[in-house]
Amino acid sequence: MSDPGTTLPEAGDALRASAARRRFLVQVAAAGGAALVGIGLGAYARQARARPAFAVRPPGALAEPAFLAACVRCGLCVRACPYDTLKLSAFGDGVAPGTPYFEPRRVPCEMCPDIPCVKACPTGALDRGLEDIARASMGLAVLIDHETCLNFNGLRCDVCYRICPLIDKAITLDMQRNARTGKHAMFIPVVHSDACTGCGKCERACVLETAAIKVLPIQQAKGELGRHYRLGWEEKAKAGKSLLPQEVLELPVRRPGGGS
Amino acid sequence: MTRIPGREAIGKKGWLRAHKWLLLRRSSQLGLLLAFALGPWLGIWIVRGTLTSSLTLDRLPLTDPFFLLQSLAAGHLPYREALIGAGIVLAFYLLVGGRVYCSWVCPMNIVTDTAAWLRRRLNLQSARAPSPSTRYWLLGAILVASLASGTLAWEWINPVSLLHRGLLFGLGAAWAIVLGVFLYDLLIATKGWCGHLCPMGATYSLLNLTGVPKVSALRRAACDDCLDCYAVCPEPQIIRPALKGDGSAIVSSLNCTHCGRCIDVCAQDVFQMTTRFHHRRVGHEQGTDPIADRLDCGTARPVH
Repeated sequence: MSDPGTTLPEAGDALRASAARRRFLVQVAAAGGAALVGIGLGAYARQARARPAFAVRPPGALAEPAFLAACVRCGLCVRACPYDTLKLSAFGDGVAPGTPYFEPRRVPCEMCPDIPCVKACPTGALDRGLEDIARASMGLAVLIDHETCLNFNGLRCDVCYRICPLIDKAITLDMQRNARTGKHAMFIPVVHSDACTGCGKCERACVLETAAIKVLPIQQAKGELGRHYRLGWEEKAKAGKSLLPQEVLELPVRRPGGGS
Repeated sequence: MTRIPGREAIGKKGWLRAHKWLLLRRSSQLGLLLAFALGPWLGIWIVRGTLTSSLTLDRLPLTDPFFLLQSLAAGHLPYREALIGAGIVLAFYLLVGGRVYCSWVCPMNIVTDTAAWLRRRLNLQSARAPSPSTRYWLLGAILVASLASGTLAWEWINPVSLLHRGLLFGLGAAWAIVLGVFLYDLLIATKGWCGHLCPMGATYSLLNLTGVPKVSALRRAACDDCLDCYAVCPEPQIIRPALKGDGSAIVSSLNCTHCGRCIDVCAQDVFQMTTRFHHRRVGHEQGTDPIADRLDCGTARPVH
């Protein structure tokens, strides 16, 4: 810079050029750092998006990916909940920070008819299209452990069935023969996904140390038939007669010894 | 013996006058926090929710535009309520100056102010701060990340909302992030968080374009170069044009947080809170004031 061979204005130009270069590099570093943070956050978000199974979203919550785009983490739904069911996830809870959830085994959803949490949501992360709380699908109760469930052991506990706000719709008792005693009945609680709201009262009420019936996220709890699949007896009932032409079923009768 | 910024002003103006703006700001910050906390603590529901989105007196919806921006980028069009709430907030900050949020509302400000204060007291020197424009790049990166991940990307780690929400709903492990910001400001970069990195502050800087109240170095002729204002300013790069330039005496940078601390610590009463129209009456000539200068980016500034 201070080379005696260069004239003063030239030296000034060189200085300014180097200052401009330096500024440019600082900006490149800033932009690069920001881009790295952005990529890291994006990657982290994709991985952390999966919600742990113990956490159930409030009624009316959009499907999880859409919910995470819509919820601004304000806590208004939590404040609106009269039963302290809803919690706002804190950093490190394992659920996206600032989003609402509840743990049914702690406090289940009381299914308020006026659904105040949904009304409180300013963004639509909780969808106001849900007007009847009985049509909520926060999750699906699954009687997950047949080994410890008292009813599966032939006892008449029935607590999950009796506490269910949609008794005989969401949970029914299915009478079966008790093969162990050979002379008693077992009353097996059966959850019906078309009626179950996932409120979690059954999980809360289960008398075991650890509940045998649990509310799970629907996509984890529910199977799905192939779209082409038809159940013959349903089709038959719909049509009012067998849909198979009689001759198709004329199969040869094979019996031991070849007799018929 | 190092000079303690503001000590001279206390001697000259008295402790109260030398802390006037600081006390007003702390009242504003803590008062707002209290308004949110009275509900959960005492059952007095003035404001529900958080700074992110709230409902005041069961009527007035307010939504933080930064959160709405992330949500929009993530692909969700919110209900009218949130849009109206964000509109009201937007209008308010366009009127008073966006970064009023940073120094009068944001709870993180107390944390970083404390770090800066301790840093001056302990006379810690280190200058590893990134460029002040990093926050704008970060804001852009966050919006892209929100778009790509379909979530509010910054909300996985946003120290500001984690702290505010934590105080009202339970902190969880968020204290570690807040402590991280504190230590970063204390040990690594002077005023590193609020002045260089926070993308929320960057958003509010962009809303600083039209605000009416402005700090002005009206009595800049009286400046005795004690540098106290530079020491306390969260964005020290913004003072020079107003204090030492030939143009307007108004601190016109988009990054001014209107904290008024420079007014407090100046023993010569150089600074005053004025309006952006004030310079006409003072009779200063209009400065050339390109947007790039006001952003303090440096990139677009002509080199010659």
